[in-house]
Amino acid sequence: MRSLLLAGTALLTLAAAAAPAAAQVSDNVVRIGVLNDRSGIYADLAGEGSAIAARMAAEEFGNKVAGAAVEIVVADHQNKADIAASKAREWVDTGGVDVIADVPNSAAALAVQGIARDKKRIFLMSGPGATALSGAQCSPYGFQWTYDNYAMAAGTGRALYEQGKKKWFFVTADYAFGQSLEEETTKMVKSLGGTIAGAVRHPLGTSDFSSFLLQAQGSGADVIGLANAGGDTVNAVKQAAEFGITQSGQSLAGLLMFITDVNALGLPSAQGLMLTTGFYWDMDDQTRDWSKKFEAKAGKKPTMVQAGVYSAVKHYLKAVEAAKTDDADKVVAKMRELPVEDMFAKKGKIAANGRMFHDMYLAQVKTPAESKGAWDYYKIVKTIPADTAFMDPKQSGCPLVK
Amino acid sequence: MFNLLGVPPQVLFGQLLLGLINGSFYALLSLGLAVIFGMLNVINFAHGALYMVGAFVAWLLLTYLGLGYWWALLVAPTVVGLVGIALEKTMLSRLYKLDHLYGLLLTFGLALIFEGAFRHQYGVSGQPYPIPDALKGGQNLGFMFLPNYRGWVVVASLVICFGTWFAIERTKLGAYLRAATENPTLVQAFGINVPVMVSLTYGFGVALAGLAGVLAAPIYQVSPLMGTNLIIIVFAVVVIGGMGSILGAIVTGLGLGMLEGLTKVFYPEASNIVVFVVMAIVLLIKPAGLFGRER
Repeated sequence: MRSLLLAGTALLTLAAAAAPAAAQVSDNVVRIGVLNDRSGIYADLAGEGSAIAARMAAEEFGNKVAGAAVEIVVADHQNKADIAASKAREWVDTGGVDVIADVPNSAAALAVQGIARDKKRIFLMSGPGATALSGAQCSPYGFQWTYDNYAMAAGTGRALYEQGKKKWFFVTADYAFGQSLEEETTKMVKSLGGTIAGAVRHPLGTSDFSSFLLQAQGSGADVIGLANAGGDTVNAVKQAAEFGITQSGQSLAGLLMFITDVNALGLPSAQGLMLTTGFYWDMDDQTRDWSKKFEAKAGKKPTMVQAGVYSAVKHYLKAVEAAKTDDADKVVAKMRELPVEDMFAKKGKIAANGRMFHDMYLAQVKTPAESKGAWDYYKIVKTIPADTAFMDPKQSGCPLVK
Repeated sequence: MFNLLGVPPQVLFGQLLLGLINGSFYALLSLGLAVIFGMLNVINFAHGALYMVGAFVAWLLLTYLGLGYWWALLVAPTVVGLVGIALEKTMLSRLYKLDHLYGLLLTFGLALIFEGAFRHQYGVSGQPYPIPDALKGGQNLGFMFLPNYRGWVVVASLVICFGTWFAIERTKLGAYLRAATENPTLVQAFGINVPVMVSLTYGFGVALAGLAGVLAAPIYQVSPLMGTNLIIIVFAVVVIGGMGSILGAIVTGLGLGMLEGLTKVFYPEASNIVVFVVMAIVLLIKPAGLFGRER
């Protein structure tokens, strides 16, 4: 009996030792963890939709890469940095997860970035906007894919300035994200020669904005910049229409708006808004085709975050295929070497600070008369070329940039 | 004219008026809570969820049946009231003999179920609900632009609040209700069906929440999370006013709305905690609340 056990153990040890030699993929599975908000305020713009997008990328490879199976796992971080951190740790330590994707909510993403850097795991950020993620807190394994606060501020700020709207007032969500967005936009407006009439900071999750809007109205600003997101932005825009702010000549700028926000607002309240986006489903045949497939599974058109998850996961899998291994250092080298080429990004390039450079788009929300039906929401006013859309890596404060 | 701490009076009046509008929502919701607590001794944590259900019923009516705002004002509170009666008959009525805590836990669980179900079905971003045509536009009051709809909300909620107060404190039916909470056995002995009266009271209390939901639909997003955002403040209002005091709920609701409005001018960052600061102070000085009586 004892010898049988010994022989069995020996065999198992041999098999375990032999496995990595056969394929250069750890435990013979490439496991992708989609970590995001699945129940709270960001569940519509990321949530299950991001997981669907990741699965769609894997399916294009037949769920197999470099001879190993591709598996997608998902978890809800509930917008809490501590939950995000412990989930990421659990995935890496015991779950055999090779790469973490999405993670909207900058606070949660910053926590995961630290863990991914220490444990040498690749982190594909589509949801978070904080510029620190490709700045002071950058990582050789972390890639900020879809957008960031600088791109939002630069795109919308510059466009409105060019229309002669030079005096800004900010309605800002009073936490790290909102303040960073306000700061980036202020820098942009001032560098162009504009002025700031004032700012008001509101608590996260405010339902009544009338008081703040009235202060903005009284400030005499040309533009009211909404440095907030999700439900806060939606309520602010809706109530601005109610109080006749846009009719009286002031413009409203949603500094971070997703197509789900526009859908929630409805075109009568949202029409005319200027916004910057990394993706719109109705741009060319490729985007329309992909978005149609996405809609069949998710029941709605993709947001830029969801499309970004697809693009990032696809690029990662391409790199694994090319490197024939899931070893993080080798895959990262391949990811930086290969151009990002898919329906989301044309000739995208990853900079030293982990920022993926791709074209951004300045969009204006259509009027109800212009819209031909559900999800026909944006007019693409202009394409912002990749090299001016994002911050120069040298100025990002990322220690990896030499 | 005078300037208060560098704020011109026009701004101040504007903010007070806006505060009054928010206060009307607080008053309407805390009124329902106060009625339910006063008559049933139940701390109804499902109130916010039923407010959300009211708003959703309005949206569903418009989207699927084409029934507009004025119909919703009638239908949504009825639907929510009937849901409330069903909940009371099947679940809450079993808990009256137990500690308050059980009622609180049950209603809290119900709130989570309602919210989860709507979130699953409709997502978290919410649905748009237009302002009815008759109430579009607004008045220029000189110091501010007042949307007609907001004016309507203030008037409607004041009328409802006063009507409820009158019905409970000044009519015979209200007298029966109050008597039944003091001594149900005795009132039953006079031939009044107390269990039915209690069910109807709960139904009425939550119907008020449903009505507030319809009133809120054109201003805020019709979203599964809308109740959660409001319910904690409303509980604070009830505690400050005095648990179970109807007049207390109305006056405190309006007053705190205005106080919050002022905070938004002087120190906006604190606007979501000012109500709780007041609550802490009131609890220290007058534990039964401003209008409550010690039991």
